[in-house]
This record gives sequence, C-alpha cells and structure tokens, in this order.
Amino acid sequence: MRLLLGLLLALIIAAAVGLGATWQTLSHGVAFGAVPIGPWTAWPKTGSREIDPYARANIARSGELPIGSGDGVAFIAHTDDTGRPLDGRCDVLLSGVTPQARFWTLTFYNPQGYLIGNSVNRQGFTSQEILRRADGSFDIFVAPRARSGNWLPTNGVDSYLLVLRLYDSPVGVETRAAREVPMPAIAVQTCS
Amino acid sequence: MIRWLLWLLAGALLGGVVHLVAVLLLPRTATNDAYTRLSPIAPVNAVAPVPQPLPQNEVMPFMDPAFAAAVCRYDLSEGSIKLSVPVSPAYTSVSFYTRRGIAYYAINDRAAGRRLIELELMTSNQRSQLPEDEEVTAADRLIVESPTNTGLILLRALAPEPGLMPVAQSVLSMATCRPESQTPKH
Repeated sequence: MRLLLGLLLALIIAAAVGLGATWQTLSHGVAFGAVPIGPWTAWPKTGSREIDPYARANIARSGELPIGSGDGVAFIAHTDDTGRPLDGRCDVLLSGVTPQARFWTLTFYNPQGYLIGNSVNRQGFTSQEILRRADGSFDIFVAPRARSGNWLPTNGVDSYLLVLRLYDSPVGVETRAAREVPMPAIAVQTCS
Repeated sequence: MIRWLLWLLAGALLGGVVHLVAVLLLPRTATNDAYTRLSPIAPVNAVAPVPQPLPQNEVMPFMDPAFAAAVCRYDLSEGSIKLSVPVSPAYTSVSFYTRRGIAYYAINDRAAGRRLIELELMTSNQRSQLPEDEEVTAADRLIVESPTNTGLILLRALAPEPGLMPVAQSVLSMATCRPESQTPKH
C-alpha cells in the first residue's frame, strides 16, 4: 500500500514538474545562444540548423519562420535601457546608430508578433526611409502622439516589442560584445 | 520519512524526463505551424505570393512588412526541383525551411552574385545519384540539399520605401520553382 502511494506521489510530481517546466519555458520563449546587447537580444542560431529544441518548439507553436542566418539577424527589445517594459502610452526615444548592415528594418509588434494598426499606417522604418543627422546617427520617436522627424506611432497599446533586423550583416553567432556592435539606445521620456 | 523523500526525488527526476520528451515532441504535434498556415495559399512545387502583412491580417507572426514575400512549398519525393529568382534592385533573399520550420539554408542576392539566383534543391539521396560528369561539378551550378522531403522556400524582396513595394512584388512574381524533370534540357 505504501509502495503504491509512493509511486502515485512520484508520478503526480513528475507530471506537475515536467509539464509545468514545459509550459514555463515555452511561454517565456527560452532559447539558448542569446546575443544580448543592451535591451536588444538576438538568437542567431535559431535561424540555422543548430537551432535548439526549445526554439524549435517555440517556432512550431507560434507559426513563425525565423530569419535564416544567411539572410539576416533579428534583435528583439521588450524593455528600455533600464529594463522597464515598453509601454505604448509613453514617449520612447530610440537613438544612436546601428551595426554594419546593407539594410536594416525596425518594426513595431504586439507581444505575440503581430502588427498593430494606426492612423498613419506605419509599422516601422527601413534604413533608407530614416532621417539622419550629418554623422549618420538618428532619433526615432516611438510615441502615441505625432512627433516631427521619425515617428513610429504606438496607438496607445499597453505593451509592445521592437524588432531590429539587420540584412546582409556580419553580426551573428560570433558576435559577443556591445562595443563591436553599437545598437540604438532606448530611453523612456514621458508617460501619459 | 527517508522513503517519502526518495519518492519525491524520483518524481522530480521523472519530471525532468517528461519535460524533455514534451519539448522534443511538441513540434510534431503543432497544428498551426508555418507550413500548415501557408499550405492553403501555396500549391506544391510552384511559387505563390504571400499576402502582405497588415494589422489583423497576417499569415504568420513576425513577418517583416518592408518585404514582399513569396513561397514555394516543395515536395522532393518525385525528384529534385529547380528554383530561379530574379534579383530586385534593393535586396533579395531566398531562405529554405524544413517541414518543421527550421531554416537550414539562406542566401541573399550578393552572395549569389548575379542578376538571377538559380538553385537546385534535392535530398542527399538524389544528390548522390547525380551522374558524375564534369558539367555537374561546374561551379555555376548551385545545389542545396534538403534534410527533409517536404518544406518551404521563402523568397523575399525588400521595398526600401512603401512606394517601391510594387517593384519588389513584380520581381518575385517572375520567380519560378518547378520539378527538374519539367525543365527544358540545354
């Protein structure tokens, strides 16, 4: 009887631990081989044959096709430089330069990776569209209300993420430090 | 007491095994992966345009709206396929995915180095059966090996500004993907 009870206990714990850990890791999007640069993180291996089992499970569940490593690399930001989650009711300033790449695009998504509609029909910028200063650096305002210059409208959503994709770029699995790869800073200015 | 702790430990260890098995099996049970999402709009071994992502209307998450996209859903069980993609003025890339969405190969226009990206896709079995004449080894023949019989080829052309989207789309509309046996011999 005690054997049976013990076995039952072990099995219940196994199911709880096993499925709980699976749910946890998948809902948090765990993957190995992250390249974090400030608030930006890329997973270059997810776009190659060396993709890990967690990333495989994630893409199967979300239905996305990860960007191939021979094509480009995608950096995702969920927070500003201080680690505060991005909020569409705040004025956020993206400023600086991007790593070397033939082209880049910046796109505004909801946390599930879908586009968010807005009145000016703008979901992002490409490297060709952006207004720059003479030294090549730029400012992008991610804000609920219209701004002059490069304005990316948030439509006032409570959370969003930014994806910066570098196409035909040397940045990849080998990239280690932020000093080789200057990414734009993300700073919250004011919140309404 | 010790006995219960041992059961607890055994349960936790077994839980780890359950977790690993669940993660490994999950891709097979996914009912809404990229291949399934694209199947209704993508005929087998032909190029089909992927609708431009719009808010509330996207085939897949995390699509780059600055790109025009087309897809070739391939099946190599009847033989290899030949892909030809004209290069757009800005940036063009071709990415290969397995049935489960793993990006096993990708190439862009600069790496391909010409006005037309031409590739042959085959399984490693089909490649090993290629006749070994010298023309086969010619450097101008780019062969990609697919680890699976079925999968997706994603063709993408950048529109550096929204007004150039029709150009990018028309470039991709000239791309072809067809079984090799149907390609005219030279």
